[in-house]
Amino acid sequence: MIPFITLVAQAVPILDANIDTDIIVPARFLLGTEKKGLGETAFYERRYDAAGHPHADFPLNQPRFGNAQILIAGENFGCGSSREQAVWALADLGLRCIIAPGFGEIFESNCAKNGILPLKLPATTVLRLAGDAEQGHAIAVDLGRCTVTGSDGIAVTFAIGDDRRMALLNGWDDVALISAKHGADIAAFERRQKDEKPWLWRSRDG
Amino acid sequence: MRRAKRGVMTATLYDKLWDAHVVARHADGSALLYIDRQLLHEVSSPQAFAGLREKGLLPRRPEAHLAVADHAVPTRDRARGIADPQARAQIDLLRANCAQFGIEYLPLDSLRQGIVHVIGPEQGFTLPGVTLVCGDSHTATHGAFGALAFGIGTSETECVLATQTLRQNRARTMRVRIDGDLAAGVTAKDTILTLIGTVGASGAVGYAIEYQGAVVRAMSMEARMTLCNMTIEAGARIGLVAPDETTFAYLHGRPMAPSGTLWDHAVRHWRSLASDPDAVFDREIVLDAGAIEPQVSWGTSPDQVVPVSGHVPAGDAGLDRAAIAYMGLAPGMPIAGLPIDWAFIGSCTNGRIEDLRAAARIVAGRTVAPNVRAIVVPGSGLVKQQAEAEGLGMIFRDAGFEWREPGCSLCVAMNNDRLGPGERCASTSNRNFEGRQGIGARTHLMSPAMAAAAAVTGRITDVRALL
Repeated sequence: MIPFITLVAQAVPILDANIDTDIIVPARFLLGTEKKGLGETAFYERRYDAAGHPHADFPLNQPRFGNAQILIAGENFGCGSSREQAVWALADLGLRCIIAPGFGEIFESNCAKNGILPLKLPATTVLRLAGDAEQGHAIAVDLGRCTVTGSDGIAVTFAIGDDRRMALLNGWDDVALISAKHGADIAAFERRQKDEKPWLWRSRDG
Repeated sequence: MRRAKRGVMTATLYDKLWDAHVVARHADGSALLYIDRQLLHEVSSPQAFAGLREKGLLPRRPEAHLAVADHAVPTRDRARGIADPQARAQIDLLRANCAQFGIEYLPLDSLRQGIVHVIGPEQGFTLPGVTLVCGDSHTATHGAFGALAFGIGTSETECVLATQTLRQNRARTMRVRIDGDLAAGVTAKDTILTLIGTVGASGAVGYAIEYQGAVVRAMSMEARMTLCNMTIEAGARIGLVAPDETTFAYLHGRPMAPSGTLWDHAVRHWRSLASDPDAVFDREIVLDAGAIEPQVSWGTSPDQVVPVSGHVPAGDAGLDRAAIAYMGLAPGMPIAGLPIDWAFIGSCTNGRIEDLRAAARIVAGRTVAPNVRAIVVPGSGLVKQQAEAEGLGMIFRDAGFEWREPGCSLCVAMNNDRLGPGERCASTSNRNFEGRQGIGARTHLMSPAMAAAAAVTGRITDVRALL
């Protein structure tokens, strides 16, 4: 996973509430078996008409947002289906950080597993940053200090769990990290559970 | 949460399930949780298996996983194979991955095949007290058994395959007590839609909900599964019901459930899986069951819902206006009487035998209205077999319904079951999102009996008039 330490980038605002992961990647694009190449499908129905022509007014189709690496989103962004394709698609568009008043929980967790920082901020702050995005001003995110700074130069502090923060800062992969740090803990847990709850260990298990 | 009350520690069911699975505690309050069971399907697993291969890893406990194809499977003409080459490749890959890594796979031609959230309980793979995950948000369903069950992403699916653990944040707890009696024609689906309408689509984010009250105790396992299934539509990943005699009776004798002395041992433990009487929840909601009417969603989010006697909102808020426009409705119009093009009975929410019985009771002796296409997609091969043995398949077919093979079908529209733009569907599924049943499709969520009533009358109809 690519570490996330600091980011100074332009942002693109898509502020509707309850943008679900079906809107981010419609289900008919989930038949592939790869993580790559999903950017084309992102927000498909909002980006393109029935004939496949782009809607000029949709933010992701506007050249002025072409270099955005931050998405400013609305309440409950990424609710609904657990499909990680939604995150892979946004990553494929070059997005590294999503700022919203709230997220669907599974989506939020999926972001962090892919080096995308999901940032929860009060709605008024999100709107102010969306204003910066509209004006083309860059936004600075510092995960080391846990601050976001818009065009007014005021650093707003954000909260994030230590575990998620360290994993993003270091680009740690969960599987490698857990195996290295907790291999013995897992084995001990399994021995205890086998003894206390033998019915959970089906016969073909070792 | 665990709290001391008069010097005694009390715990909710969620606390007990969480504490029993902590492998390691982290300083920030999160924990490494042991995962007892994982369900795998074709759409969210390929990249997880690819991850194992890239890292040269094997599943830690192949026996802890059960795989089945459901999302992309065709629901008719199965003997001809899968026409869509992408869907065929995806399903073939699941079978190959399971064969390579020693994971049990229920093939498409097996009676045991069906929707993950139907077959897990049916096989006794889902048990009280376990942690159970699946790369599917409706994994909340299994909480009906008192299992700590939640949907995850593909990276987490890979992590569970490799380590049998996940790092998790502890949820806050919410008790939803449902008192009184549900009226005739009012179901678990109407209850959960009422709750989602009350709490909002993000109102329960960060919570684990426990359902309590006389209504829940009286519910069958099928009804409890419907209730827990849609918990995610209020934002909570977890919905729980404490196990009881109804739970044990459902599970007894299931192929993957314990048997003999292990069964007795397990039941003794399962009886301890309840919130302490004076346990403290972070949030409390009480629903009066007697006040619940049959519900219908009018908009594009599951919290945009009204009783069947109600009206589409006036559209003062921007969100409502957008949804009203997408749904092709007029502000303030009554929801009843709206003509439909499709009726869909099925899904992990309402594709179980009891759902088919409820729909068939309305359909019996009636016929599908002209200009309506109505399909029934049983949740599993076993549900289909039982429905046929009870004569329900015949009732549906005689009335003009299509009687399909099991799968997710029109709930997710990933196979060839799809609505056209602007078509309107009375649907027993769980999501009325834009484009969920096809590009431009319009979904109205409701109970199986209500969908059956809509199918035979051709419009959204109060089922209580047909009882």
